[in-house]
Amino acid sequence: MYAQLVETGVKRIKNLAEMSDQERAFQEKIDAEIKIEAKNWMPDAYRQTLIRQISQHAHSEIVGMLPEGNWVTRAPSLKRKLQLMAKIQDEAGHGLYLYSAMETLGADRDEEIAKLHSGKAKYSSIFNYPTLNWADMGAVGWLVDGAAIVNQVVLQRTSYGPYSRAMVRICKEESFHQRQGYEILLTMMREGNQAQKDMVQDAINRLWWPSLMMFGPSDEHSPNSAQSMAWKIKRQSNDELRQRFIDQTIPQLELLGCTCPDPDLKWNAERGHYDFGEIQWNEFYEVLKGNGPCNQERVTTRRKAIEDGAWVREAAVAHARKKHNKNAA
Amino acid sequence: MKPNTDLIEYLLRLGDSALIQGQRLCQWCGHAPALEEELALMNVGLDLVGQARNWLEYAAELLDDGRDADHLAFRRDERAYRNLLLVEQPNGDYAVTILKQFLYDAWHLPVLEGLSQSSDERIAGIAAKAVKEVTYHLRRSSEWVERLGDGTDESHARMLAALPEVWRFTVELTSADDSEQRLCESAITPDAAQVAATWQATVSDTFTRATLPVPAAPSYFYLNARRGLHTEHLGILLAEMQFLPRAYPDATW
Repeated sequence: MYAQLVETGVKRIKNLAEMSDQERAFQEKIDAEIKIEAKNWMPDAYRQTLIRQISQHAHSEIVGMLPEGNWVTRAPSLKRKLQLMAKIQDEAGHGLYLYSAMETLGADRDEEIAKLHSGKAKYSSIFNYPTLNWADMGAVGWLVDGAAIVNQVVLQRTSYGPYSRAMVRICKEESFHQRQGYEILLTMMREGNQAQKDMVQDAINRLWWPSLMMFGPSDEHSPNSAQSMAWKIKRQSNDELRQRFIDQTIPQLELLGCTCPDPDLKWNAERGHYDFGEIQWNEFYEVLKGNGPCNQERVTTRRKAIEDGAWVREAAVAHARKKHNKNAA
Repeated sequence: MKPNTDLIEYLLRLGDSALIQGQRLCQWCGHAPALEEELALMNVGLDLVGQARNWLEYAAELLDDGRDADHLAFRRDERAYRNLLLVEQPNGDYAVTILKQFLYDAWHLPVLEGLSQSSDERIAGIAAKAVKEVTYHLRRSSEWVERLGDGTDESHARMLAALPEVWRFTVELTSADDSEQRLCESAITPDAAQVAATWQATVSDTFTRATLPVPAAPSYFYLNARRGLHTEHLGILLAEMQFLPRAYPDATW
């Protein structure tokens, strides 16, 4: 998911009897699968949770441009360069779209972005990993966008209308990126030389576990999930989604002719699912705390872009005011 | 000289300029002053690299020596590159980037409009599609020249500082060599003097609205992208752009 570990601020979920009339009417609406819209009453904790989740999601789109931007100047063919540029452009568009959805909740874009730059707001842990060879562009498309899609497909049914509609639009484009990413890897494996095949396996080895971490902590360590599920912001648990991702991804990995960097991965006929090894949760929490390999660079780059661009935005505002005054006169 | 040689040279000039300008825009990824600008810069860059591919594909067909568009883009050294000196200049601050983009767009559009009437159907087809894209590029970049020129004191000062950094390279936009002259005579390319006049009118009109002075026309000195005599910036740009195909010459990507 692009938004991990979203605090709900709720310690214990109220039952219907404990709720005020307003809260009960709200919960009944949620239970009846009626979408919540911007002007509807909603519990403050629901509003705040959504602002945190949607802003995290938007920040992830923007920070997510950086690991790809690292290779856009070095893409190895005109076709690949064009694909990557189109993808990055889509991501900027997704960010804009999500910030708009977030603003329907009364949040301010600039304030939320300032939180990102001060390290207060999170974004997906995956973008704190470096992109070290060209195959990473394929693996990011296939694994990272693949994991995002598994989450976002479910979020199309999330209870907040503007967020749900954003997901419908974004999912269409993401699926396209994922197929392109996979095709990059497939080309390198089928038509490539040994060096290229090694790049693909190396990219998978580095990005496999971080991709699994995109689904957030395991259910037993997800204290915020219960409330998010009761509000139907989340529709399925972290572990369910992670399992779905693994089950659908392993056959694709086999088709590539690559291996999974998990010695414990094994098909379990009884469960009808793949069993897999333990995620390095220590690494996950360190990355979320800001101690991942690229956290500092990512946030610094974004902060610097906005700080260095202040004079440009100020000029645009000043010019607009001049034009407005001229027209008014 | 055989007509094809002139044409190939010309296609390389068009394609290389679009590609190098696109490459410079790629370098902005993640660093733009606003999210909307991230989107716009990548959008413009995408258009230009797409156009570059079209021109280089045609050039490769005419060359007919086994090289394809990728080979032309990723295996030629700087002495064989034919892009305008203007587009290889570093991005600088946003004032430099906007100014470069505008001066290029203001030239690019009348060139493409002329080419869309070319006696060469292939050229006319590619140019007709590109005209739509570059019309948008010019609208955007001229609006930004106006915003920054007639914005705040700081943005105005930055535009004034950017001007001498890029202006001298516009000498290439307002002249034609013998090869281009011959193509024009064959009705393949537009008249360079007309393109120059349109360019000058657009520049002077936009600069006036932006409260910027129009500098005197620069004069030719030594550098000449048409003969592959570039500034020192191109070699480094190509080293980065071409690294993978150079390192793995037998690879399919």
